[in-house]
Amino acid sequence: MRLGAKSKTPTFSDAFLQCARCKKTLFRREFEANLSVCPYCSHHHRLSAAQRIAITFDVDSFVELDSDLASDDPLSFPEYSEKLAGAVAKSDRLDGIVCGTATIGKLPVSIAVSDFGFMGGSMGRVAGEKITRTLERGADRGIPSIIFCASGGARMQEGLLSLMQMAKTTAAVERCRSAGTPYIAVFTDPTMAGVLASYASIADVILAEPRALIGFAGARVSKQAQVVKAPDDFQTSEFLLKHGMIDRIVPRKELRDTLESLVALLGGGK
Amino acid sequence: MSTAPKTWKEWEKPLIELEEALGKLQELANRATGTERDRLLEKIKGFEKRRDRYLDTKYHNLSAWEEVLLARAEPRPYTLDYINALFRDFIELQGDRRHGPDNAILGGPAFFNGQRVMVVGHQKGRTISERTHRNFAMSRPEGYRKAIRLFEMADRFNLPVISFIDTPAADPSVESESRGISEAIAASMLSMFELRVPTIAVVIGEGGSGGAIGIGIGNKVLMMEHAIYSVIPPEGCAAILWRAPERGAEAADALRLTSRSALELGLADEIIPEPRGGAHRDPAVAAESVGAAIQMHLDQLCKMSPDALKQHRYERFRSVDGLREASPSDLPLGK
Ligand SMILES: [Zn+2]
Repeated sequence: MRLGAKSKTPTFSDAFLQCARCKKTLFRREFEANLSVCPYCSHHHRLSAAQRIAITFDVDSFVELDSDLASDDPLSFPEYSEKLAGAVAKSDRLDGIVCGTATIGKLPVSIAVSDFGFMGGSMGRVAGEKITRTLERGADRGIPSIIFCASGGARMQEGLLSLMQMAKTTAAVERCRSAGTPYIAVFTDPTMAGVLASYASIADVILAEPRALIGFAGARVSKQAQVVKAPDDFQTSEFLLKHGMIDRIVPRKELRDTLESLVALLGGGK
Repeated sequence: MSTAPKTWKEWEKPLIELEEALGKLQELANRATGTERDRLLEKIKGFEKRRDRYLDTKYHNLSAWEEVLLARAEPRPYTLDYINALFRDFIELQGDRRHGPDNAILGGPAFFNGQRVMVVGHQKGRTISERTHRNFAMSRPEGYRKAIRLFEMADRFNLPVISFIDTPAADPSVESESRGISEAIAASMLSMFELRVPTIAVVIGEGGSGGAIGIGIGNKVLMMEHAIYSVIPPEGCAAILWRAPERGAEAADALRLTSRSALELGLADEIIPEPRGGAHRDPAVAAESVGAAIQMHLDQLCKMSPDALKQHRYERFRSVDGLREASPSDLPLGK
């Protein structure tokens, strides 16, 4: 899953990079072997959807579905078409959610992974539709659903249609509950606003990567609205765990095994 | 957009002058007799016509930004005004059984035209102390958890649910975050999807993003003519997109947050017409229209079986954006 792997002479940035947190210089090969976690400060750097799928699910088990669903500009919102076209060109994808089926420990699962690189992982109609189809596939096929969240929230350029995705995805969670199929959410950096306040927060099991930003309101808004000072760990995985809002913080290198165990333990269907 | 008004009172100014003049004429007419009285009454009629014409043209042609200002206007009827006008024997139930009270969302059982229902709604305040007491209608997690209790109770006792939406947003404070405001909103929506009784949501003023849709999962979603429903406040949208909160008027246009837009997009099922010049000019007539609309939809929904109601609500929100059957050819960028 090398990003930008080319056959030309390697440059400095091909071989090295800087940790986003502690700023130490890291060997790219070592860094990637360590699942993009800094060996010095253990900062969990963001992953693309493709990287996430590669390190989580059984080799070659992922079958992508609904990849032809493309966002459009239903409200003719200023500058949106251009931004969308830019995101499509940059990512070579039509939307920020990658979804389909895979196996983990040989057990089938319905999965969706949000790519923060695509317009901040924001939830518009297509993202909401892909999450909904993922959960419905889990319910219909009697298999667990696993969703990796990474989003700044609703995509405001689709207006009320984006807000409706909160309801639509929540309705899909209800389908999983009725069908008796487990739904596991993994909060990665960042999981915010309209995504957190809908399908993300009502999973049967919620895991989070260490020190991910997780919150309802932009930190600026929350702090403005507050008379008392926000704690240092405000809107982090650790803060949510402390307040009982998530089940476990799992370092990236243990995530695969934890998910595999959960899928085996909670089973698939009645 | 320096020309955009800052408050709804700006376009009501000519009206205030007209109405003052009308009041004075009325006083004169009351004291006058004979032909002088007739002349004054004639003049009053002329002034009233002018006022009505102004109201008709102004209120039928409000910009999206003006609709935002009007939806937030403090003389507009609030949830309790509709409850007092339309419901009998309302008993407010206050406990969330978890942490504490919340005054931004209230609810309880009541009679609506003789039928037992559960009513839940955001409540704004008009005076400074009322507003503080209501936390500006920004509900904390406790409000949504109380709502869930009431929804579940409604389901057990077979009471249709009527919700009134009027909030700028859910409470964004550190305390609300620590008690799980996101989970509370999501769980409240989930609870409404599980109900096997009719649910009707009415956006009466400000439909502010997650805080609004948290109690907005209706089999039918109705909007007052001058209500708004938006994924983000227009000022916030302008701040993020253009780093210019003062460009709220442009953002309001772009967001398509008016009742008419919501109806056109298929996201609202019906617009409830307001009296000439807005609900605040005649709250009694506004309440009557709201009551008639609720009754009409309630009659239809009450014919459905409990399972059909739950399925209907699911189908409504599942298909609301037209993507359910989407194939790539439906979407221009998909090729
Ligand atoms: Zn580091």
